[in-house]
Amino acid sequence: MSLSVRGIDKSFGGFRALDGVSFEMPTDGLLGIIGPNGAGKSTLFSVVSGFIAADAGSVTLDGRALDRLGAASRARAGMVRTFQVPREFHHLTVRENLMAAAPGQSGESLFGLFLRPGRVRSEEAAIRVEAEATIALLRLAPVADTPAGRLSGGQKKLVELGRALMARPRLILLDEPFAGVNPVLVEQIMERIGVLNARGIGFLVIEHDLGALSRLVPRLVVMDRGRVLAAGAPQEVLADAAVREAYLGSMPA
Amino acid sequence: MEAYFVAIAIIGAIYVLLALGLTVQYGLTGLVNFGHVGFFAIGAYASALISMQGVPLVLSFACAAAIAALAAWPIGLVALRLRDDYFAVVTLGFSETVRLTITSEKWLTNGVQGIPGVPRAFAGLGVGMPGALATLGAIALVCALAALMLRRIAASPFGRVIEAIRDNEDALRALGKDPARFKIQVLALGAALAGVAGAFYAHYITYLSPDQFIPLVTFYVWMAMIMGGVGRVSGAVVGALLLMLFLEGTRFLRDLAPDLISAVDMASVRLGAVGLALILFTLFRPQGLVGDYTRR
Repeated sequence: MSLSVRGIDKSFGGFRALDGVSFEMPTDGLLGIIGPNGAGKSTLFSVVSGFIAADAGSVTLDGRALDRLGAASRARAGMVRTFQVPREFHHLTVRENLMAAAPGQSGESLFGLFLRPGRVRSEEAAIRVEAEATIALLRLAPVADTPAGRLSGGQKKLVELGRALMARPRLILLDEPFAGVNPVLVEQIMERIGVLNARGIGFLVIEHDLGALSRLVPRLVVMDRGRVLAAGAPQEVLADAAVREAYLGSMPA
Repeated sequence: MEAYFVAIAIIGAIYVLLALGLTVQYGLTGLVNFGHVGFFAIGAYASALISMQGVPLVLSFACAAAIAALAAWPIGLVALRLRDDYFAVVTLGFSETVRLTITSEKWLTNGVQGIPGVPRAFAGLGVGMPGALATLGAIALVCALAALMLRRIAASPFGRVIEAIRDNEDALRALGKDPARFKIQVLALGAALAGVAGAFYAHYITYLSPDQFIPLVTFYVWMAMIMGGVGRVSGAVVGALLLMLFLEGTRFLRDLAPDLISAVDMASVRLGAVGLALILFTLFRPQGLVGDYTRR
């Protein structure tokens, strides 16, 4: 059971954003992707999650080819992404944000809504319980009834994670979960990711915060200029000369 | 004078229905429909033509709703691929296409000469007050039912998803939900409400012609919604009534000072007054009278 990404190419005009990117990870594992700005990390995420079509290459989840599926179908296949800049439903409360993400609700069809009110009510009660559990897990209880647009950047990242969880995925793609988040909250998010991974949910994480990421994941993929530069355990990868030059050379280690 | 007030109330209630349709489309879902009058026209002509074949009004009203909703289907399929502003242009183009089709397809609609003698609703009660009052009662009942239905929808899982579409469509797709299915349902629902409004209009006015269905009607409905409060069911109701107050109130302005301004000029002054009111609202009360969805 794995996510397998094979030979992804993507160009924007003359700019080659992704050049033969391949990697593989267990669906219930933890994998980090690092690389300098413009390395193609977010483009890779958009291609894998189906928001951008690749020019070449394939994405397979647990043996199923996803290449012909759109973003919503890929999410239903079990792989849910978050966004670098949080895209919360800003007028809905945190609780409503989470409840909106639950799959297969009969109350989401006008027919079900008016013809099966009893079923809609009982499903809604179950989803509410699930949302409460997720709110407790992510320690969002104090803001559960606040419109999500009024939260801090870090809290919005938690809401995105919570929403992704409510969609009942096997694998979550996190786009810079720690960017712009205060250190206390970073520790909290890391710890929660650990708890969730122990429950069998996989995480593919793009991150700039190398320190946090190398403590979180057992394996890293390093990208630079649209290509995979190196892959392996954080210590090995960071010792690699090419990685040092491309990535650490431009940043204080 | 009573007859006048009843007439105003009926037209006001027709605007309430139209505004409720736009509220579910724009207020809840964020679809910028600039062609609302097209669905209104389809409902009016559908019910008029069907009832003139001897079909009972109850059935012709149902057909008006169904045909208007069906007309929303292709618009939905084409327009869902478009971003907000393009969608607005396409819907505006749609309503003008409807109007031009009515104008040119004389075999069906009698073109610019229009359709006289559309059966009056509650004709059995006679022409005049009883029939008009019964019409008013019926449309008030339909408005109340539509408002209750929209409140139920807004508070439901369906309502949550369409509000999520309004706030961020891509995030919804990332969670595995397809916005297109919801948008088509919302378009059809709003169009059905406009269709019923059109049927009431046809059987109350009893004469239809293409020049009753100009884009200005769409913008009156937008104005009603903005003045009342976007995304609120009560806002649609309050806004439509306020719109009638403006449109009709400006008539009395002339009665107060008949020598000051000619009847012809007055039509322009009315539009000017309506426009001024809209500007003042956006300046001083952008959330509308009852407040919009951003402040709850």
